[in-house]
Amino acid sequence: MLALQGDFAEHTDVVRRLGAEAIPVRLPQHLPGLHGLIIPGGESTTIVRLLDIFGLRQPILELAQRAAIFGTCAGMILLAKQATDLAQPTLGLIDIVVQRNAFGRQVDSFEAALPFKGLATPVQAVFIRAPLILKAGPAVEVLASLPDGTPVAARQGNILVAAFHPELTADTRVHGYFLGLAQESSRLC
Amino acid sequence: MERGTGTWTVKKGLAQMLKGGVIMDVVTPEHAKIAEEAGACAVMALERVPADIRAAGGVARMADPEIILRIMDAVSIPVMAKCRIGHFVEAQVLEALGVDYLDESEVLTPADEANHIWKHDFKVPFVCGCRDLGEALRRIAEGAAMIRTKGEAGTGNIVEAVRHMRAVQSEVRRIIHLPEDELAAAAKALGAPPELLHDVRKEGRLPVVNFAAGGVATPADAALMMQLGADGIFVGSGIFKAGQNEKTEIKKIEAQTRIAKAVVKATTHYQDAKILAEISRGLGEPMKGIEISTLKKEELLASRGW
Repeated sequence: MLALQGDFAEHTDVVRRLGAEAIPVRLPQHLPGLHGLIIPGGESTTIVRLLDIFGLRQPILELAQRAAIFGTCAGMILLAKQATDLAQPTLGLIDIVVQRNAFGRQVDSFEAALPFKGLATPVQAVFIRAPLILKAGPAVEVLASLPDGTPVAARQGNILVAAFHPELTADTRVHGYFLGLAQESSRLC
Repeated sequence: MERGTGTWTVKKGLAQMLKGGVIMDVVTPEHAKIAEEAGACAVMALERVPADIRAAGGVARMADPEIILRIMDAVSIPVMAKCRIGHFVEAQVLEALGVDYLDESEVLTPADEANHIWKHDFKVPFVCGCRDLGEALRRIAEGAAMIRTKGEAGTGNIVEAVRHMRAVQSEVRRIIHLPEDELAAAAKALGAPPELLHDVRKEGRLPVVNFAAGGVATPADAALMMQLGADGIFVGSGIFKAGQNEKTEIKKIEAQTRIAKAVVKATTHYQDAKILAEISRGLGEPMKGIEISTLKKEELLASRGW
């Protein structure tokens, strides 16, 4: 759990409910041995600054070689190849271009039920000053979209992203999907 | 697809995204940029910081929309603004401007001494101040989606913030251990809605995010509040009232930026004394501060609201 800023406690609760272990990551020495990393929702400008100040950028890029990474909202922005309106470079681990605050200000934040690939029934997707995916590369599999076709969740190999916050609902299925990826990555190494 | 805007999950959710972060008071777009670059997770747009409101006296009202809009233009992080307690029209105006969060704040002069705003009527979420658990739950019942302990704004003195955070946390700990049949009497004593007290007992915490406010002036102050159980930090005068004895404007801004960055780092690494020691070094003069006992009773902002 990247625990620099944001709703990492909410993610931790979900992951523990699913029976997995979760530890907070604030410094590079907390990374070894992890099978997965969640970059939570929060303020992307704050998280990316703290990431660089405390030397986590390179170690996370290396971790991505052997572990699964899941980013929600701000986490999706950080994992994207490119983010509009963000001064710092992103981690670039998934071939998508994202737009920050794509839906407007907080009064435009919303929730809606959306179908999610591989899940039998829709997930309740909570969008808070959310980003969206403007462009997805050919290697990217889109997992959920808005009715107008805008992708809002996607996966490329061991990297999973969502513009919304599955950690804010009681539904644990998206995290379950991620833990599956983490297990797969741990088997491969 | 049915799109639900302004739902409780969405209102409460933005506060959850701010957790572990620092919300800074700013009065100009330039301040707002300094705050964003220092790593603030949101800014509070004001006409004057609380220390200056204190010094100016008179009636303190909502800021000029012009200032708020310029600050909203200057940064990409969420922008909050304050309205007077009970002044629901100031709240309507701020909501119409597109502000991301409203603070119904005791720092401004109250407009209604009996009633707070009925916050459920708004799409924009509200944060409100509290001194204890009862006050927190009364505000949540009115629709506050985020709480902050009041402290004593504009003093640079952490003592009241500590008092209020300890009061909330120790009452929560007591409630968790109460048998169910004693909850109604506890609710009566606290002046809190019984159903919210049930939620506190079940969750083991306040039902919404709780930040600390009112007196944070140093990184150690921020870490202290985090260790006492705050979900995040509001810094008001502590940043832009620092560095007052610097000789040039540039030096002053440098000193303020150093403190802003250090408070952000301290809020993340609040449990790591080695990092706290490192970031506390050579910050320069913090804001001067006021000893609470030298304030007259009517000068205490925390006693506004109920």
